[in-house]
Amino acid sequence: MKSHTILLNINGEKRSVIVRSGDTLLYVIREKLGLTGAKPGCLNGDCGACTVNVEGWPMKSCLMLAVEANGKKVITIEGLENTPIQQAFVENFAFQCGYCTPGFIMNCHSLIERHPDAENPLIKEWLESNICRCTGYAEIEKAVKSVLRKNQSRE
Amino acid sequence: MLPFDFDYFKPATLKEAVDLYRDLDQRGKKPMFFSGGTELITLGRIALAYTEAVINIKDLPECKVMHVSNDQLLLGSTLTLTKIEEANLFPLLTKIASEVADHTARGKITLGGNICARIFYREAVLPFLLADSKVLIVGPEGKKMVPINEVFKEQLQLKKGEFLVQVATETRFIGAPFIGIKRRQQWDTGYPLITIAALKLGRELRVAISGLCPFPFRSKELEASLNSDKPVVSRIDEALSKLPTPILEDVEGSANYRLFVLRNLLSDIISAFGKS
Repeated sequence: MKSHTILLNINGEKRSVIVRSGDTLLYVIREKLGLTGAKPGCLNGDCGACTVNVEGWPMKSCLMLAVEANGKKVITIEGLENTPIQQAFVENFAFQCGYCTPGFIMNCHSLIERHPDAENPLIKEWLESNICRCTGYAEIEKAVKSVLRKNQSRE
Repeated sequence: MLPFDFDYFKPATLKEAVDLYRDLDQRGKKPMFFSGGTELITLGRIALAYTEAVINIKDLPECKVMHVSNDQLLLGSTLTLTKIEEANLFPLLTKIASEVADHTARGKITLGGNICARIFYREAVLPFLLADSKVLIVGPEGKKMVPINEVFKEQLQLKKGEFLVQVATETRFIGAPFIGIKRRQQWDTGYPLITIAALKLGRELRVAISGLCPFPFRSKELEASLNSDKPVVSRIDEALSKLPTPILEDVEGSANYRLFVLRNLLSDIISAFGKS
């Protein structure tokens, strides 16, 4: 019972993988599945660089055991393709060194999907989960708001 | 990644979870109930937590309830703080829970995990202490429903093999006027200095505090001082003389600074409730 075969629905693919009970989801998606987009930062649930999406919610993958994700739908940055938030990050220069970017994008993507009508307090609450050491916060805020505005104007 | 190996179990019933704990404990496995698991993952990584057997109770049906019935709000212990916040069935709890850690982390941290945490803040317990809630605990002796103010003494007093299943709160407390304030030394994202929750029931003011002492607390003596007919300054002076000890002195703030902040918080609360 110290190792387990788990089934992940990751980025739309079903992947079977053998994990230790003590392996975090972050470790497994990077080292066993080769998906290196989620970044190891603090490994303590503080920085948000490892954020992925689990069952539609943002999740710090360093705070989740891989065995907990068994049977769940997981999306990493590699699973997003030309989404509006990715384009908005480019248009708004919302990254500098880029290390925090996958985590920020996954969190922003979940916010936009779950709360298309999000206003300032909610945006602030969600985005406080991620840290950008280059302090690119203003541009990140512009990027997420630009997507929300476009979506709202279409409705 | 945790640097030690452990067995991992996901029981389907409360009884199975309790029986598993007993068996694993008898085999010397140092079993641990696991809900959000954030403490085991973060403390285990730096060798401050250890187990040889994890019992994941997160999906036990009784631990996931969230509904109002018979004038009681029932909240399961494995609900995440985010789910509680989005449902907003207990506004004071929403206010306090929504400032624990950060939004994404709150999607993993659970109500029971926060109340039973080793880290001393345990802010989610504050609204329940004020509302005289009851807790459903299960263990080797079966289920028991007990007032939280009888079993939360600095921390939830669980016997070996017991775990928290639900918290029940009478709805009459849920609609009462409330204030929740969290003070940090650094911006909106730093670790807490002091969190205070207050509830007004008629003329009675109740307060519960986290971050002042190495445990959260509600003190009837302190409340008696705050509810007296003396001038506000005297009431607060008297309340401050009845605090439990020790007052924390750490990197987030000195004891004197914490007392200074608390004095102002109490003044703000009395003023906001119009008792001055």
